[in-house]
Amino acid sequence: MPSSHDWINKPLGVVEAMFAQSNSNPEWEAKVLEYFKGQLKEKESHSWVPSLNDVPLHYLKPNSLVKFRCLVQDMFDPEFYMGVYETVDPSTKANVLRCGKYKDVTECGVDLNSRNTVTAERQTFYCVPIPGESPWAKESYGCSSQARVVPSTSYVPSRQKRSYEEDDDMDTQPQKQREPHTEPHGNGDSKRQETEAPSSQTTAPSDCSSHLDLNFPLPGERGPACLVKVYEGLDSFKLNDTLEIYGILSVNPVLTVLGEEKDPSLLLLNPTESMETPEEQRAHDPPASLVPRLHMLYARPLQHNNPLLPSAPTEDQSAFVSSFLVEMASVRAELLAYLTHVLLGDGLAAEYLLLHLISNVYTRRDVLPLGKFTLNLSGCPLNSYTERLYQIVQQLVPCSYRLSMSLHTMNSMRLVPKKDYVANRLVSGALQLARNTSLFLDETQLEQGQLDSSGVRNITALGNLISWQKVDYDFSYHQMEFPCNINVLVTSEGRSLLPSDCQVPLQPQVTPPNMEEYLTTIHMAQFTSQINKFRVYLSLARTLDYSISDEVTKAVEDDFVDMRKDDPQSVTAEDLHRMLVVARLLSLSLGQTTLSRDGWMRAKHIDMLRRSRTEQQKSLNGNEP
Amino acid sequence: MSSPTSTPGRRKRNRDDIPATPKSTAKGSDDGLVSPPSQRRRGQDSSNGDLPAMPTSPGTDIASPAVHDTSLFSSPPQLYSLEVDMSSPLMYGTPSSRVEGTPRSGVGGTPARQRPDLGSIRKAPQVDLHSDADGAVASEQALGQKLVIWGTDVNVGTCKEKFQRFLQRFIDPASNEDENAGLDLNEPLYMQKLEEISVVGEPVLNVNCSHVQSFDADLYRQLISYPQEVIPTFDMAVNELFFERFPDSILEHQIQVRPYNALKTRNMRSLNPEDIDQMITISGMVIRTSQLIPEMQEAFFQCQVCAFFTRVEVDRGRIAEPAVCRNCNTIHSLALIHNRSAFSDKQMIKVQESPDDMPAGQTPHTTIVYAHNDLVDKVQPGDRINITGELLPLFPPNITMVIMAKQFYFCFIRPEDISPKSKVFVPMCSCIYRAVPMRENPRQSNVKSVYKTHIDVIHFRKTDEKRLHGLDEDSDQKLFTEERVQILKELASKPDVYDRLSSALAPSIYEHEDIKKGILLQLFGGTRKDFSQTGRGNFRAEVNILLCGDPGTSKSQLLQYVFNLVPRGQYTSGKGSSAVGLTAYVMKDPETKQLVLQTGALVLSDNGICCIDEFDKMSDSTRSVLHEVMEQQTLSIAKAGIICQLNARTSVLAAANPVESQWNPKKTTIENIQLPHTLLSRFDLIFLMLDPQDEAYDRRLAHHLVALYYQSEEQIEEEFLDMAVLKDYIAYARTYINPRLNEEASQALIEAYVDMRKIGSGRGMVSAYPRQLESLIRLAEAHAKVRFSDKVETIDVEEAKRLHREALKQSATDPRTGFVDISILTTGMSATARKRKEEVARALKKMIQSKGKTPAMKYQQLFDDLRGQSEAAITKDMFEEALRALADEDYLTVTGKTVRLL
Repeated sequence: MPSSHDWINKPLGVVEAMFAQSNSNPEWEAKVLEYFKGQLKEKESHSWVPSLNDVPLHYLKPNSLVKFRCLVQDMFDPEFYMGVYETVDPSTKANVLRCGKYKDVTECGVDLNSRNTVTAERQTFYCVPIPGESPWAKESYGCSSQARVVPSTSYVPSRQKRSYEEDDDMDTQPQKQREPHTEPHGNGDSKRQETEAPSSQTTAPSDCSSHLDLNFPLPGERGPACLVKVYEGLDSFKLNDTLEIYGILSVNPVLTVLGEEKDPSLLLLNPTESMETPEEQRAHDPPASLVPRLHMLYARPLQHNNPLLPSAPTEDQSAFVSSFLVEMASVRAELLAYLTHVLLGDGLAAEYLLLHLISNVYTRRDVLPLGKFTLNLSGCPLNSYTERLYQIVQQLVPCSYRLSMSLHTMNSMRLVPKKDYVANRLVSGALQLARNTSLFLDETQLEQGQLDSSGVRNITALGNLISWQKVDYDFSYHQMEFPCNINVLVTSEGRSLLPSDCQVPLQPQVTPPNMEEYLTTIHMAQFTSQINKFRVYLSLARTLDYSISDEVTKAVEDDFVDMRKDDPQSVTAEDLHRMLVVARLLSLSLGQTTLSRDGWMRAKHIDMLRRSRTEQQKSLNGNEP
Repeated sequence: MSSPTSTPGRRKRNRDDIPATPKSTAKGSDDGLVSPPSQRRRGQDSSNGDLPAMPTSPGTDIASPAVHDTSLFSSPPQLYSLEVDMSSPLMYGTPSSRVEGTPRSGVGGTPARQRPDLGSIRKAPQVDLHSDADGAVASEQALGQKLVIWGTDVNVGTCKEKFQRFLQRFIDPASNEDENAGLDLNEPLYMQKLEEISVVGEPVLNVNCSHVQSFDADLYRQLISYPQEVIPTFDMAVNELFFERFPDSILEHQIQVRPYNALKTRNMRSLNPEDIDQMITISGMVIRTSQLIPEMQEAFFQCQVCAFFTRVEVDRGRIAEPAVCRNCNTIHSLALIHNRSAFSDKQMIKVQESPDDMPAGQTPHTTIVYAHNDLVDKVQPGDRINITGELLPLFPPNITMVIMAKQFYFCFIRPEDISPKSKVFVPMCSCIYRAVPMRENPRQSNVKSVYKTHIDVIHFRKTDEKRLHGLDEDSDQKLFTEERVQILKELASKPDVYDRLSSALAPSIYEHEDIKKGILLQLFGGTRKDFSQTGRGNFRAEVNILLCGDPGTSKSQLLQYVFNLVPRGQYTSGKGSSAVGLTAYVMKDPETKQLVLQTGALVLSDNGICCIDEFDKMSDSTRSVLHEVMEQQTLSIAKAGIICQLNARTSVLAAANPVESQWNPKKTTIENIQLPHTLLSRFDLIFLMLDPQDEAYDRRLAHHLVALYYQSEEQIEEEFLDMAVLKDYIAYARTYINPRLNEEASQALIEAYVDMRKIGSGRGMVSAYPRQLESLIRLAEAHAKVRFSDKVETIDVEEAKRLHREALKQSATDPRTGFVDISILTTGMSATARKRKEEVARALKKMIQSKGKTPAMKYQQLFDDLRGQSEAAITKDMFEEALRALADEDYLTVTGKTVRLL
């Protein structure tokens, strides 16, 4: 039974015991980390740890071990704290050494003059739940958790006395509640679903958070933000990393009190306090009930955010991969058929969409990102078709966001994160996304009109994102470049005004009289198990290795030279770039980790088809550039 | 630490001998931890007996004969003149060291000024290292040698002597700091500075710590480790020296020493707990400054009963409130009179890590800095600065509040409660102004365990000021480790270093070897030459390059690469930049109403490269600002009351698309890109990036691209140089290598130039101008830099010639003749075109003459006639040009649609 684990319920006790044993030998710190790492390595053990993502904060015991799946949104300045301090027991007058690590607040009676005080350094990261996480991913994570949570109001006395059945009830309750959500994926109001998704329990804390800006990158996001105190390996973390953090939860009310007690007029006059403006106070010391503190013991970088895949790169993952590889081709065919239906019978567009969904920036050569594959689906039917399309994409990928490029949003929305020097924090923008997030740009929403300067900046930022896979964060005195890895899909009527790696004009084969109904039926027709297979497929195909043999290299080179021979204007270096990416993705989509001659010919073939289609479009419209 | 009350008689700071009530003070609080009885005589030992008594600062103490009463211990009055604290550096420059009645001149006559920048001056006692009973009987001299300030190994006497010796003897003949301009380098540097102080009257002595280090490493170590103790000692030393030398000079206050450039310069990221209380120099960018904060230095208390008043010095932000009036012995009768208290200026400044020394993918750190007195308002947001200061920890304010609430009504704290080392910071101003009682919070029995840290500034040094106005550029000299230099030199000694480097440049971009070589030379730049004596000013050392060609030939990628490679690169797009954005603009600060000059991309990339994409899409007015930048390397601004000339020694790397979006091989460069030739001629190299359309090229290209996709990271690294190495290589060459032409090379250059002119003159064309010769020189110098050679040799000239010719061949080829014609670039028209124009005009004249006496002709008819007559096709443009040429000859006039003969 997981409930018997002290290391989950009272991790501080474990830490303190180790500290006491150590006799101030500094090695104890490493020992603590090793211990927790070891505990978490045990099979299944990590699923016993309750997760901040799906358990509401007031259900969690303070000072217990919790995990949090999150994105590092901001990094605050390092702070010095009392690593070891001495307290004086008022009754016995005896001095006791205490450990201040993994805690926000010291015990009473600190002897500030003690020579034994050790000052140490730690850093605070502001972490938010992974932006744009799809509802299905959240649910799936929630279901897989085996952690038992009890309403915290009763956590002190009756934990052990509770009958087993009751306990069990508590556990299954949330799952039952969720069940209605899991099924009706296409029942027409998945918009509502999206906002409700983080399970009905979490609404309580997020409601009161409305007056406090939790700085989520995307509007309408919910969930807890967290201040993570990091003690080790500060340099290994980067902004926008996605991590699963195991740490000690601290929601000491003192933290809140300290923050609230300040009278703003007092702040103005008070020289010490003036180090921090009220805004800064609010950003850096929000009430712990809304933004809990988490003292990191162990962090696991998330390679992907798909709950259906084994998370750690262990043996069972490779076993999983090899077992799935067998199925790969068949799943691909099914997915292709599904996407073809969704794209109104256009098989070529479906092929490209599939390639787009598994694309991934796998490396960078100086400034050039390799492997990105921005797709522009032009000729999309109007009237909420794109919205439906997005919902379908959202069902397939773990993280996604639809940016409706209306004139108003482009002019008013903040896409690029900006440093707010008054509050001393990085104000998030919609382009601060985790790796491999699908960004769905809906250009069909764009109407004629004037873009103001912020609109132009936003468009430029999108252009930069697409061509260089980087976002220039605005630090007001200078800009800082943050590389990213975001799959951008642009839907538009004509050719998009944004650059793209590849444009596919949609050629609907069927024209259903009622688009809504048509798409809903397609969607309904898929079983959850089927969809789950697609999800695994898409995430897995992205992670496969890939290489090109010398022989094929030669063939590709010859091919290129031949193509140029016929008509040098028609094939440029750019085209070769694209075809190489297409060939790569095509091979990966079939589960092949090397490029074969066939694969290359296929890539060439579909690219030819696509090009002839664009040319057709050009001659049809005549005036298109 | 034990309670200070346990050491009576330690301090005595005035000559009042009013009977004392034993009572603790802020001063005494830190005493007595270890001091043995022998300590009490320390005053006599450590000070030189003839130190003049300290005067009071005028206007503070005159009306108060009996004010100085904070330490009321019963030390015998006869000791007072040689009292411990008088000579202790720790007392020096604080109000308590003032003693009335000395005439104003000399050390004594000049008021000392508090040094809040040293923050919590640790008024620690000196400790006899071998403290035992013998100490008392030891001779003064011997004892003096042994005494150190408690907690340190600093002996005041020795330290002072050492510093005076340093000031008197230090000579730095190799100095090239601009601050030392005008000083005789072979004379003791700091003595000259003192002389300057006596003339100028600004009592601040900036001391370069590296000078101290080279002179006396031990002193330097002490300075770094115990700045709070050592700097006051320095102050004392310098004042003694100064007034000895210039006894008559009158200064506003005593000279303060401001050390800077502590070698422990570090970036903010590497600050760690060990640095607390040490002197450090960090660099960063100011992001926010607070308003001025008055900080109380001395509190003034008056007795409500008998109007007796007393002053209490603020110690580490705390005021020890006298509980009992000494005059009438009433308890708790003293009230603070805040408008008679003394305040000093203080400003909070937030400094952010400069973007250059930040690891990728992390956000910059910020640090809080306090500036005091005249350092207030010295910097503004956006400035890049080097700060020398000490890192101090602050406990969370809450902790002090807890104590306050327990003990006092206000926040006056008895020193027993807090030991001196804890550096508790009490927010006293608010209490003084507003007297808000602190609520005690019953829940708050625990405290947050986090310290807040800040840095007290001792010295600011702006790093970008020089960049804008000054001449030398070694402020940002990068320091290279020995090994790194070795690696770079090794690389330089390879014969194919030039090719290696150029192929390492933007490896993802295929071929264009010559263009890469050109850009490589641009990165290195020529040697800066100064002809200002002969009236020509500075000679441009920067190489400007224009890339033009078909869209999609990775021009932008090349620009992006260069922008990422150089430390001071700027990237702009022609479409998106205005003239103002490129140069500079004047802005009115909304708060201060002050005019502020905001610099644009060109100025920001001073000593760097400004990459301008979409050069052709730039508006004409924007482009016109480039004229000055690209030749004179300066930017003149005259607007809104600011007239100045900024340095913009930037290389321009521009990319332009042809007008017809596709390069028309039948047209000249000028016609293809439609740029004013005045601007074009300022580019040293103009490269065409065209699709060569040739099979071998295609094959290589395909190979390159495919390799890009399948080669692993390691393979790539094997093949190419690391970007970091390349960066260092360039930085090293730019700072340390200044090649000069040798005899042979100058001969070669002359020949090359003459040859270039000859080629043209043979066909009646001029193919080279002096500007091209200058370009050649620059390129040759840059090539010598690539080789790490101090001499420009013939091979450099050869390569420069070759590159120049290649570039010319591509861009200045007359499409009609196929010959290189530099006049395309200088006049915008090739010689054949000019010849052609003349021919048409002649033909037209002939035709009109043949028509006989017709004073007026129809325009259209004339045009048709001419076309009929001529063999070659004549366009309307050509016809009009011919008419204009004839009109210039005063042969005819064109009015509307008629042509009249004159």
